[in-house]
Amino acid sequence: MEIFTYDFFIRAMIGGVLIGFMAPLIGIFVVLRRLSPIGDTLAHISIAGVALGFLIQVYPLAVGIVMAVLGALAIEYLRKTYKGYAELSIAILMSGGVAFASILFTLGKGFNMNVSSYLFGSILSLNAIDLWMVLSVTIVVYIFVRIFKRELFLLTFDEDAAGVSGLPTKWLNVAITILTALVVSVAIKIVGALLISALLTIPIACSMVLGRSYKQTIALSVLFSEIGVVVGLSLAGIYNLAPGGMVVLTLIACLILILIGRKILRY
Amino acid sequence: MEVIQTCHDPIINIDHVSFAYQNKQVLTDFNFCVQQRDFVGLVGSNGAGKTTLLKMIVGLHKPTQGQIRLFGQPLEQFKDWHRIGYVPQKSSLNPLFPATVYEVVKSGLYVRKTMFTRMTKEMLQKVEDAMQALGIENLRDSLIGRLSGGQQQRVFLARALVNNPDLLILDEPTIGIDQKTQESFFQLIFHMHQHHNITFLLVSHDLQMVHNYMGQEPKKQTDRLQLYVRHSHDLQDCRETDLTHTLRHFTNGGL
Repeated sequence: MEIFTYDFFIRAMIGGVLIGFMAPLIGIFVVLRRLSPIGDTLAHISIAGVALGFLIQVYPLAVGIVMAVLGALAIEYLRKTYKGYAELSIAILMSGGVAFASILFTLGKGFNMNVSSYLFGSILSLNAIDLWMVLSVTIVVYIFVRIFKRELFLLTFDEDAAGVSGLPTKWLNVAITILTALVVSVAIKIVGALLISALLTIPIACSMVLGRSYKQTIALSVLFSEIGVVVGLSLAGIYNLAPGGMVVLTLIACLILILIGRKILRY
Repeated sequence: MEVIQTCHDPIINIDHVSFAYQNKQVLTDFNFCVQQRDFVGLVGSNGAGKTTLLKMIVGLHKPTQGQIRLFGQPLEQFKDWHRIGYVPQKSSLNPLFPATVYEVVKSGLYVRKTMFTRMTKEMLQKVEDAMQALGIENLRDSLIGRLSGGQQQRVFLARALVNNPDLLILDEPTIGIDQKTQESFFQLIFHMHQHHNITFLLVSHDLQMVHNYMGQEPKKQTDRLQLYVRHSHDLQDCRETDLTHTLRHFTNGGL
């Protein structure tokens, strides 16, 4: 259990708890607006940015964030171009991101780059600067969701009604996509690019079964997300397993328990 | 070219409006004017352009040509969105969406004017009033997706009425609702039109209902669209009674 006293683990746990807090705050909009694959896409684009950062020797997380934000804007653009086929823009950018990342990984073979830690997450890799980045994004996400909570509700519930109410729907949509890009990018180091979208979606899937109001659904999704992060990271630390995988499996275990519990209790 | 009719107290002006979607012309040089307290029924088959027209009127689509004015102001400059109540198509609701009746009705208050402001007690009271008026206060904490079609429609109507709108827009409000509930819904809407200072724009498939209230002859007709109008001068004078009071009285009659 001495793992819990190591600095690197404490950093990973603090970072994880922050990510566990903000991921469902953004995830709720992504899921309820049926844009779940967007998290995956942005993660794959971000990983290309991280690889590029290593290659050009610029802080990789920052390059990852810039790439993910550019990817978010590209998704918005392509979504308009192929109106009614939103998933097409997601598929194009996802494969584009992976293609770019794979080329950069091959080019960067000589560099000291641990590819699997970016794909599956690592509790060793989070340094103090990364932690500050995670904290900054958490604060930005929280303030945004807090200020626009009413507008975001209406936009998510009924986009047309939000438009008729004169709300800046285009601007809010772009803001949500950009914030998703930020959350995904800073979460990659701990959870891993292949698994980050689970943190945006599974806590919401759990809370939608139990939530009896929109407000309660958000609160429950944060709770489930934190359970997944704390339990998952602890198990990963103790048994030296991939943290992203453990977080996601914990979340899926929660979901299965909830679904079975509902069946038994006929909730 | 058609001469534009003189329009007293215009609520909606549609002036030489054309709209094309992906190279397909949906509307060509369309003119129409909705006056204060008119009840306008917009009828047409699927793909006739009625939803397009409705979406242009509320600023969700931009006309490729021409201009639309709301309450005398060009749409691009229009800011008084709280004067418009909007009841969407029921089909747009995702039944799993985790929102309560109260949360949905309250969202009627979320307009451009109230961004960055706190909800006051008076505003929240309007939510309670609207729920009571439509007899849904006992469903307050129910999830919207678990209600019947008729109940959901009352929730959306309550949301639209929260701001005491001058213009109420209803997009196919009775699709997927049984005949009896449809009839009482329309009775309620017509009752509101007769007793209150509200202008109505209704998109509907239901020709019978349109004919019964707005007559057999469309006021305006294009290839595929018909607009039926019942003007306010057909009605007894608007009594200007408190909307919630009237509604409560009416819904107690059993909508």
